[in-house]
Amino acid sequence: MRAMLKRYQFFLLTLLALAVIFAVNLAMGLKAMSVIGFSFKEMLLVIPPIFILLGFLDVWVPRETMVHFMGEGSGLLGVALAIFLGSAAAGPLYGAFPVAAVFIKKGASFRNVVIFIGAWSTTKIPMLLFEISALGAKFAVTRLIIDIPGIFLIGWALEKLLGQRERERIQKAMEVM
Amino acid sequence: MFTYALYIICLIVAAVSWRKDKVKTKKALIKAWKAFENILPQFLGILILVGILLAVLRPETISALLGRKSGWLGVGIGAILGAVTLIPGFVAFPLAAMLMRGGAGSMQMGAFISTLMMVGVVTMPVEIKYFGRRMTLLRNGLAFVFSFLVAWVIGVVVR
Repeated sequence: MRAMLKRYQFFLLTLLALAVIFAVNLAMGLKAMSVIGFSFKEMLLVIPPIFILLGFLDVWVPRETMVHFMGEGSGLLGVALAIFLGSAAAGPLYGAFPVAAVFIKKGASFRNVVIFIGAWSTTKIPMLLFEISALGAKFAVTRLIIDIPGIFLIGWALEKLLGQRERERIQKAMEVM
Repeated sequence: MFTYALYIICLIVAAVSWRKDKVKTKKALIKAWKAFENILPQFLGILILVGILLAVLRPETISALLGRKSGWLGVGIGAILGAVTLIPGFVAFPLAAMLMRGGAGSMQMGAFISTLMMVGVVTMPVEIKYFGRRMTLLRNGLAFVFSFLVAWVIGVVVR
């Protein structure tokens, strides 16, 4: 019970803040509720199938397969796969973290996983079409053209700045997730 | 659209898995549930936090701060707003378009959209849980700085 309370303390705190807002300003509280309802629906729709697919990936795909396609020696194929998988995904960035965790656990290289997260955050195909319709092709395509080298640049910098020890620590931490 | 595809794929995979090995299928589902429950508390807290943030920040306020004339200060404000809010793309793009029609600059919106997608201050607790503090801070910091470059190029190209 105590452990449960500790795990949910952040959530309970935000609930408290929400209650305070309701007490002070009803309209503001209702507006917050409508935003929360919207995000909650999105989360309930997109997150469960992602986790279920991850469960299957974890159980069925052998480590060797992942190492072969996205591991240290996977070269360009691994990079291309990371970009493709990240771009084909939908959903907010936080959806990428559990996927990345399973990738690392299964033996994908650190660099490919970072590239995957980068692609997920910026070059999502379904979102790109939407961006074009809202902001125009010039805006969307320009952003895409700068973001692709940006993903590699950030991935490379992360790898260099973190160093071998920290990368190994992260990989170890994934084993127990 | 994508969500439906995700569910269909999920069902197909589940059906194939069930036919091949019932024990493994159950194991996969249990793993999925455990992984989900593991981060559920943070998720719920974040959802509410974002709702509160968006209710407190009024669109008119955003417009005043992000106008074409706001320059690099506006870019900085846009970048920070994008970093601390968590709006789904299909809300953020029309919002940015609306703001641009209302006088916000393309450079400022470029920074906003870029950090919105790459930087997640409110989701940091979740990210730290997976990757640790150091990598999370580095990744978000690098993405934040990079967004200024994105903003500058968009400001030059999109008038």
